[in-house]
Amino acid sequence: MRAAAKHQRLVLVLLGLAALIGAVLLAMWGLADRAAYFRTPQDIAAGRVPAGEPIRLGGMVQAGSIARQPDGVSVAFVVTDGPASVPVRYRGIVPDLFKENSGVVAEGRLSPAGLFVADTILAKHDERYMPPQLGNQAAEVRTKDTVER
Amino acid sequence: MHRFANPARFLRIARPATGWLLALGLLLIAAGVLGGLFVTPPDYLQGETVRILYIHVPTAWLGMSGWSGIAIASLFTIVWRHPLAGVAARAIAPVGALFAFLCLATGSIWGRPTWGTWWEWDGRLTSMLVLFFLYLGYIALAAADKERGPDGRVAAIFGLVGAVNLPIIHFSVKWWRTLHQGESIELTGSSVAPELLWPLPLTLVGFSALFGALVLIRMRTELAETKAEARLKRMVTQ
Repeated sequence: MRAAAKHQRLVLVLLGLAALIGAVLLAMWGLADRAAYFRTPQDIAAGRVPAGEPIRLGGMVQAGSIARQPDGVSVAFVVTDGPASVPVRYRGIVPDLFKENSGVVAEGRLSPAGLFVADTILAKHDERYMPPQLGNQAAEVRTKDTVER
Repeated sequence: MHRFANPARFLRIARPATGWLLALGLLLIAAGVLGGLFVTPPDYLQGETVRILYIHVPTAWLGMSGWSGIAIASLFTIVWRHPLAGVAARAIAPVGALFAFLCLATGSIWGRPTWGTWWEWDGRLTSMLVLFFLYLGYIALAAADKERGPDGRVAAIFGLVGAVNLPIIHFSVKWWRTLHQGESIELTGSSVAPELLWPLPLTLVGFSALFGALVLIRMRTELAETKAEARLKRMVTQ
């Protein structure tokens, strides 16, 4: 009897776990859109982002696109994910790691004209860590895989 | 496993293991921390802040391993009614909570200079915070459940159900776009340069050994308390 009871409990626990994992996977699948921390330039290009709504825009800062504005406190740059790109305007202090060819997340609103006006700029770090000599070489061949994540 | 149902047999192994694990842990942590602070080069982008990774990664790993341990112990409690499983799970919970908290704290300290923010509600950060709260809930529930009776089934069910958060934490950076970067170290390879990587295995194994030693100390404490209580009860009834 003892062995049978144990067996029954094991089967019950496993069934319970399977049901639970199934439920969670379904919930996560349903959440996939809502749980994304940021939208991409492709989302904007496809018209999935209404103008004037607060969103986060994530992508790479396009090479050569950072332009300090004459007022001294504003900066203009372009966020790209490869196929699409969005011009961004920001007034304030950017983080140290905000660089060209580097990941960025901007919080703000899309203007009807297609300009993204940011209130906050966050630098997005990627999963690569290397000493300075190696890093500068690697920066030349930077991929856009940060954006895909 | 039921060989260890007898606490005396478990203690015969646990007593010497505690000291060895503690010594090994402290030694490896010291070596890893010294290497990580003074020997490795800074990162090309983050500069010196990269060094927090030698603490952050082990605490994240142990915060999650701790709950895996609780889940496995819970399975032993429910299916095999193993008498030490509940003791083990209760011993792990506060240690796991501490490491989960350290993971959140070090991550936050790293996030301020790197991302430009102390905290963001992205998938990885949020699911890790949920793990910390699950630990707090488990500690309270397991304490209450122990008062109720010795079988500890209520806490064990919570331990198993809470384990669904572990794959969510792990895959959060793959399933959703997050501010947190993806996995740097996977079975297929690592995107951390070897000259920056080598102290990490030292602190990983070191903190794991320390974790094991703390859990063994707590298990031995609870067994000793149970023994003392039983003895007191006998003295009163005599």
